[in-house]
Amino acid sequence: MRRKLLILLVTLLLLAITALAFLYVGTHQVAVLDPKGLIAVKQRKLFITSSLLMLIVVIPVMVMTLLFSWKYSAYNKKAKYSPDWEHSSLAETLWWGVPFLIIIVLAIITWFSSHELNPFKPIENGKKPLTIQAVALQWKWLFIYPEQGIATINFIQFPKEIPINFEISGDAPMNAFWIPQLGGQIYAMPSMRTKLHLIAHEIGEYRGSSSNFSGKGFAGMTFIAKASSEEDFTKWAQKAKTAPALLSMQEFNRLVAPTEYVPVTYYRLADTRLFDQIVAKYDPPKKKP
Amino acid sequence: MLGRLTAEALKHDWIEYLAGVSMILGGIALVALLTHKKKWGWLWKEWITSVDHKKIGIMYIVVSFIMLVKGLIDAFMMRAQQAFACGDSMGYLGAEHFQQIFTAHGVTMIFFVGMGVMFGVINLILPLQIGARDVAFPFLNNLSFWLFSAGSLYILVSLVIGVFAGTGWTSYPPLASLKYSPGVGVDYWLWSIQISGVGSLLSGVNFFVTILKMRCKGMSLRRMPIFVWATFATVILVIFAFPILTAVVGMLSSDRLFGSHFFTSEAGGNPMMYINLIWAWGHPEVYILILPAFGIFSEVVPVFSQKRLFGYTSMVWAIFAICFLSFIVWLHHFFTMGAGPNVNAFFGIMTMIIAVPTGVKVFNWLFTMVQGRVIFSTPMLWFIGFIVTFTVGGMAGVIMAIPAVDFQLHNSLFLIAHFHTVIIGGVLFGFFAGYSYWFPKFFGFTLDEKLGKYAFWCWFFGFLIAFVPLYILGLMGATRRLDHYAADLGWQPLFVIASLGAVLIAIGVGFQVWQLLASIKNSKHHRDITGDPWNGRTLEWSTTSPPPFYNYAFIPEVHERDAFWAMKQAGIEAETRKYREIHMPKNTAAGFYVGLASFVFGFAIVWYIWWLAALSFIGILVALIARIYQKEVDYHVSAQEVAYIESQSKAKLS
Repeated sequence: MRRKLLILLVTLLLLAITALAFLYVGTHQVAVLDPKGLIAVKQRKLFITSSLLMLIVVIPVMVMTLLFSWKYSAYNKKAKYSPDWEHSSLAETLWWGVPFLIIIVLAIITWFSSHELNPFKPIENGKKPLTIQAVALQWKWLFIYPEQGIATINFIQFPKEIPINFEISGDAPMNAFWIPQLGGQIYAMPSMRTKLHLIAHEIGEYRGSSSNFSGKGFAGMTFIAKASSEEDFTKWAQKAKTAPALLSMQEFNRLVAPTEYVPVTYYRLADTRLFDQIVAKYDPPKKKP
Repeated sequence: MLGRLTAEALKHDWIEYLAGVSMILGGIALVALLTHKKKWGWLWKEWITSVDHKKIGIMYIVVSFIMLVKGLIDAFMMRAQQAFACGDSMGYLGAEHFQQIFTAHGVTMIFFVGMGVMFGVINLILPLQIGARDVAFPFLNNLSFWLFSAGSLYILVSLVIGVFAGTGWTSYPPLASLKYSPGVGVDYWLWSIQISGVGSLLSGVNFFVTILKMRCKGMSLRRMPIFVWATFATVILVIFAFPILTAVVGMLSSDRLFGSHFFTSEAGGNPMMYINLIWAWGHPEVYILILPAFGIFSEVVPVFSQKRLFGYTSMVWAIFAICFLSFIVWLHHFFTMGAGPNVNAFFGIMTMIIAVPTGVKVFNWLFTMVQGRVIFSTPMLWFIGFIVTFTVGGMAGVIMAIPAVDFQLHNSLFLIAHFHTVIIGGVLFGFFAGYSYWFPKFFGFTLDEKLGKYAFWCWFFGFLIAFVPLYILGLMGATRRLDHYAADLGWQPLFVIASLGAVLIAIGVGFQVWQLLASIKNSKHHRDITGDPWNGRTLEWSTTSPPPFYNYAFIPEVHERDAFWAMKQAGIEAETRKYREIHMPKNTAAGFYVGLASFVFGFAIVWYIWWLAALSFIGILVALIARIYQKEVDYHVSAQEVAYIESQSKAKLS
């Protein structure tokens, strides 16, 4: 009797923990489950679909574990006892087969979603995309707007419903660029150029951060990604253009020095090709033909 | 004279002083105790120079336990930091100290707890299960242990002299390059892993040969216990994976010491290559840890269900499917690096396929319970806890195997929760199951059941309370390795709850220590005189508890799977054969000397003390060459002595 009470109690506690977890998620702002852009919406859908598919196996396992513990406990002398029963072709086919079928479904989903949500793939909605170049530094994000001729630190603004082409590099240990409410991350590596295509559907301020540990000031590498109306964005860019500080390669090389918890800063851009120069910074000198 | 080792290296903050001082006091207390009890000779002859696989196994587990306590203290410090360091408060640890702690925590738990307990259990059980008297290369086994210990020592030494790495346990360059981490921390990390890694590789070779060449008569491959199969797959992984680690760590060392450019950003170096290589080792490593745990459960479940293991053939195929697949999934650790969609999808799909054989194993274990008579002793509770946690962890793993989903979860606390679920729920719970199951075999008395169960419940619920919040935090956008976060994110309550879970786990560890002490105190009442306290099925239960140093007076002969069970069914006849002399390996101090010299060698290079490095390197060579020319490495135990030992244990039985 005590044994059965114990199993019951454990089941209830497990259900309570699960329920509390869901309650918390339901009543709080959970970035990945509260997407504000096309990419993040699709990623959330994939997350939920794959979770449900996995539950087809996980729930029976949980139920069987508790049920078998209950039924075949040594205290239950009424249960059938066959100490030499060790094989059933049907059963084994079933549990090689059913999970395999689920994995085939997941594999198909994986293949197509990997192509559809490839971070290097531009978003096409008929509007001209905006290019923002992100450079991870110790320990801040430098954002370059080549078309607007401005640069910022730890803050970006862009119009909603406009596809954004992020080009990402770094001059620091490896980081990763992540705005969870808009969509998944990609690494920011020195001498490398990665790309990420995102879009926002709602006006708002979204938290961005580095998600790959990069040293002492890593925790302070957060930034605000602000989606605004097109008008507001134009006004903001024009205002930024009046910033007194000028960003050239020399100024950039000064910026590379480690700093922590850097406040939002604005620059005018000295050269719109600055990002290319940053990426090429460590290239070996070209051999003359 | 002392390279870059100056008085500066001894400067620390008060927490590190506290750790260092308590460690040194503990060391002094141990030395005093040994001297007082006049046990130095005993320690040297019976343990340090021993080539007995059982003693080496116990030493592995003792070292791992010390490291587990150290790793847990790290974990509590991290939890405390993250519970407080919100908004205006920066917590009680500086960022750099916090970063050293999480690096040390990871290295400790993977290399010196996970690897340590698994090699410990393999050492203890494997030769007994295949009816052998020792491993194939007993000296090599002793050497492996001392290299493992030497590696673990760096982590402790770095608390007092210098600092440990603050780069995360995988130490990605460029962060781990001289440019960004000029201090000694990364060098400690490199040598800790390099030296223990060589030890692991040697162990792998040793057990590979042991399984192939040392099985007793009748023990065909298809009659081997599943634990032996799991170990076989494990050591294959070790043999293929560890050379990659040795090479990649060697190349990073070369970058730092000689200014080469394997992984630098400059001069055509490529840090991405490091990340590929470290995970080409790192993913098989995960299975090196989990496969022996699967093996342990495959022994525990049939015994406590009093029934044959369900689906033996499926189990073996599943093990080898996992073994093979584990080598073609490494890229899932960095989908976010930006490989093309085809590459990402391939590695994602391969990763998911691993869920199939793993699922098969779970179902086979569960069906071993069906129509059995399940006794819920402590090992069985650990099994139930394992199924619940591991299934959840596996589910999270498959979800993250979809690259497009991983972009949102990678490097978040969701990932941290996932791998702790599978490593604590799988590796550690598996070890604990094996610990309470096999303890009586080596110490002659069983562990206290009640305290063991209390420990289990604390660990199980403590684990859930500590890690369910981390899954949620990951979804909220919390990344790993943060020493501080903003207040308006609403993360703090969850971090506080997670800390409470850690406290519950600490209580669980407390119960385990209490269990051990109470069981030793009451050992008279828990004595295992039969050698077979659980009505076991495999050969190790057919000898006495503890087994004589030669394991079996007569090498057993096997006719079936579950060999000992079959013997018991057939009825064990009284032994009438005449004892014969037994050929055994001699103890040797060479392994200890090589381990010691290797430690000094690494330490000297960390601090650029070149003369000492040269001297200790010569020391390693001399010890090895001396060992090679040692003629008398074995001896014979006379038939009379065997007869005497056997009659003594028979006298105990009656």
